[in-house]
Amino acid sequence: MYYYILKRVLLMIPTLFGAAVLVFCLMRLIPGDVCVLRLATGGGMDPQVLRNCRAEIGTDQPMLVQFLQFLKGLVIFDFGKSMWTGRPIIDEIGLRFQLSLQVAIMATLTAVLLAIPLGTISAVKQNTWIDYLVRAFSIAGVAVPSFWLGILIILGILITSKAWFGVAWMPPITYVPIWIDPLHNLSMLIWPALATGYRYSAVATRMTRSAMLEVLREDYVRTARAKGVFRKLIVRRHALRNALLPVITIIGIEFAFLMGGLVVTEQVFNLNGLGKLFVESISNHDYNMTQALVMLVVAIFAFTNLVVDICYAWLDPRIRYNR
Amino acid sequence: MRSLSWKSIIPMVAGLLAVPIAALPAQAETPKKGGILKFVVPDEPPSFDGHKETTFALIHPIAPFYSTLIRANPEDPNSLQFVCDLCTEMPNPTDGGKTYTYKLRKGVKFHDGSPLTAKDVHASFQRIVFPPQGISSARKAQFSMVESVTSPDDETVVFKLKHPSGAFLPSLATPYNFIYSKAILDKDQRWYEKNVMGSGPFVFETREAGALVRGKRYADYHHQGKPYLDGFEAIFAKTQPLRVQAIRGDQAAAEFRGLPPKSRDDLVAALGKDITVQESDWNCSLLITPNHQKKPFDDVRVRKALTLAVDRWGGSKDLSKIAVVKAVGGVAFPGHPLAATKAELEKLAGYWPDINKSREEAKRLLKEAGVSDLKFTLANRGIDQPYTIVGTWLIDQWKQVGITVEQKVEATGPFYASLDAGNFDVTMDFNCQSIVNPLVDTSKFLPNAGDQYGKFEDAELIKLYEAMNQTGDEAEQRRLMRAYEKRVLDDQAHNFITLWWYRIIAHRSYMKGWKITPSHYLNQDLSVVWIDK
Repeated sequence: MYYYILKRVLLMIPTLFGAAVLVFCLMRLIPGDVCVLRLATGGGMDPQVLRNCRAEIGTDQPMLVQFLQFLKGLVIFDFGKSMWTGRPIIDEIGLRFQLSLQVAIMATLTAVLLAIPLGTISAVKQNTWIDYLVRAFSIAGVAVPSFWLGILIILGILITSKAWFGVAWMPPITYVPIWIDPLHNLSMLIWPALATGYRYSAVATRMTRSAMLEVLREDYVRTARAKGVFRKLIVRRHALRNALLPVITIIGIEFAFLMGGLVVTEQVFNLNGLGKLFVESISNHDYNMTQALVMLVVAIFAFTNLVVDICYAWLDPRIRYNR
Repeated sequence: MRSLSWKSIIPMVAGLLAVPIAALPAQAETPKKGGILKFVVPDEPPSFDGHKETTFALIHPIAPFYSTLIRANPEDPNSLQFVCDLCTEMPNPTDGGKTYTYKLRKGVKFHDGSPLTAKDVHASFQRIVFPPQGISSARKAQFSMVESVTSPDDETVVFKLKHPSGAFLPSLATPYNFIYSKAILDKDQRWYEKNVMGSGPFVFETREAGALVRGKRYADYHHQGKPYLDGFEAIFAKTQPLRVQAIRGDQAAAEFRGLPPKSRDDLVAALGKDITVQESDWNCSLLITPNHQKKPFDDVRVRKALTLAVDRWGGSKDLSKIAVVKAVGGVAFPGHPLAATKAELEKLAGYWPDINKSREEAKRLLKEAGVSDLKFTLANRGIDQPYTIVGTWLIDQWKQVGITVEQKVEATGPFYASLDAGNFDVTMDFNCQSIVNPLVDTSKFLPNAGDQYGKFEDAELIKLYEAMNQTGDEAEQRRLMRAYEKRVLDDQAHNFITLWWYRIIAHRSYMKGWKITPSHYLNQDLSVVWIDK
């Protein structure tokens, strides 16, 4: 197993290198120039100031030099400075990373806590009203965009708080780390976690249900029933554990997506997360920032996939990662 | 040649203008001390350097950290009377209106404890008026009348002008003219791009990238007893619905740029007496600029047809219900003594009272120019209030004379990059100014203005502008302004105004002391704002 993990970690290196080449080339194919964008605020621009700007951020260097500097930065974990704000990228990302990570964890917890029981019950009670209800709940979750649900949540809170307490209350719009003010932190992040967790849980519920239905028809489940094993025990110990393999895959992919993909939901709740930073850096032609963010997301995806693979072995003893 | 400058401009401006429809208290209340003011800001500034930036997104969170030499009176900002901030009294110019000598307050300190002297004021204006190589100064052109800035001693700053100019004082009072520390500038001219250290009413506390800027009360502020607030939080919130909900849910007390009428109505309906609305005409206009370098816009008949097709009087009634635009006006701020009256406007192309007749004339001109089926792309900024809303309305207006228009909406950066490069057919741009002064504000229409994107030559227009700025006779000045306006909007149709903006600020009623102005750049140092909760 340790050998397998080591092998997977080493395999990340060519993956990251490939991603680095791709993002470096793609960013430079987009027409535009960060200096022109920074200086073009209406009123023309001084060519000397433009030259200074390019020299300062290094875009006047040959492409190969820029690429090698980028690779060097990757190796020593120094992504340089944002071309837009001039501040260290590690600082800019660090601020947002903890928020995005917390939302992703909270949304994943919401999704797992909803999806696994609901998907299991729905499969066990197939074609009953419970099943129909769960299916309606999960289809609605897939159909409703998280940002729209977010808007409804905010409006709902404003209206109900006004009606019940006489004062309209809205979740905080500034982030405070959970270890500084847990109440402030949770009252801000619980709502986006619910909005995204609902959609996430809907996908996972449907996957749990279909995987469970498949497993429940397997021979070993029938054998267990014939041997007189309690139904609950069959479901919990034999069926669910095997049915969880595709569900874990979905959860892993969704978790990685949540780390950088919550662009609109972040805007709805004014979350200063990685998704917003991603969009801003692309529209500002901030190559350094975009490259760093892409590499971060690729690393998160690679790491999450590794964790998912390790979970496979834990859930299914038949899976062994030997030499 | 007589000087118009400070003598004529201030009283002229003072009486006038759009009196804000502010719901101001009937009698003055005694300000209370304490509290943290939270407000939302629609955008985040690219840097903290006021000398370099032009966006309100810098002024709202950063102006409270800085002092300026002079400013619009914060107690009565609509009088547009200039008062001292760092100086001791407003000087009378000497040398035939060419020399302004300012005496500075004693004992003013920067937030780091170092004394603020005339050398700091001198260094700051030197950087604004005569920026060193490689340093960008957004308002350098406004000070083209300044010959030199000197500081003969620690308490005196002298501005020597090339000629008397009515534009000098308004330029000096521009709220972006932050006073920086000479010691810091001497070490690094670009230090202020990423750092904040001033002598204003609040001390910079923290900045969380993409999230907020926080300031706390400066105990040694040179205006005794102020500021009233303990501090403030400027929270960046990019979407308008979120900003409105933040005010509604009391996560923020205000947004100082301006809200559309629908948001105002929603807030009033939801909060009743807990919300206060202040409204004012806005010293901002949306103007259309055809690219004279591109056919068929090099033909004055085509440009004139574009303006003749637009029903401003009807548009004002309809658009003012959904967008932050309202007043119909010419090149000068509506209501200003130098602005055209309704009767004068109605003589200009595009302002005729009979829109059908106007559109018939537009069709005739297009036919005569051989472009009856004209098609073009309107380059516009990707900001809904009021750009895309007015852009969409214009497409309909032009359609009524047979012109087919496609709207290309871009983010601010790429939009201005296209304009600078001349890659557009027709564009919609803005002319927003801080201090209301048509003599300065109308420079935007000059062919040699930095932000004139029409790319044309017009010596006659420059001559009119210079004559207007150099005459001391008010009647003559007004006559020249009419000629200038007619040439820009009608005879040559270089640019044309769509509608002037209308500023609506709906803020929590517990926020007191803040008064609306015709500019979202003015009166934002928060020194007189207080909370009554």
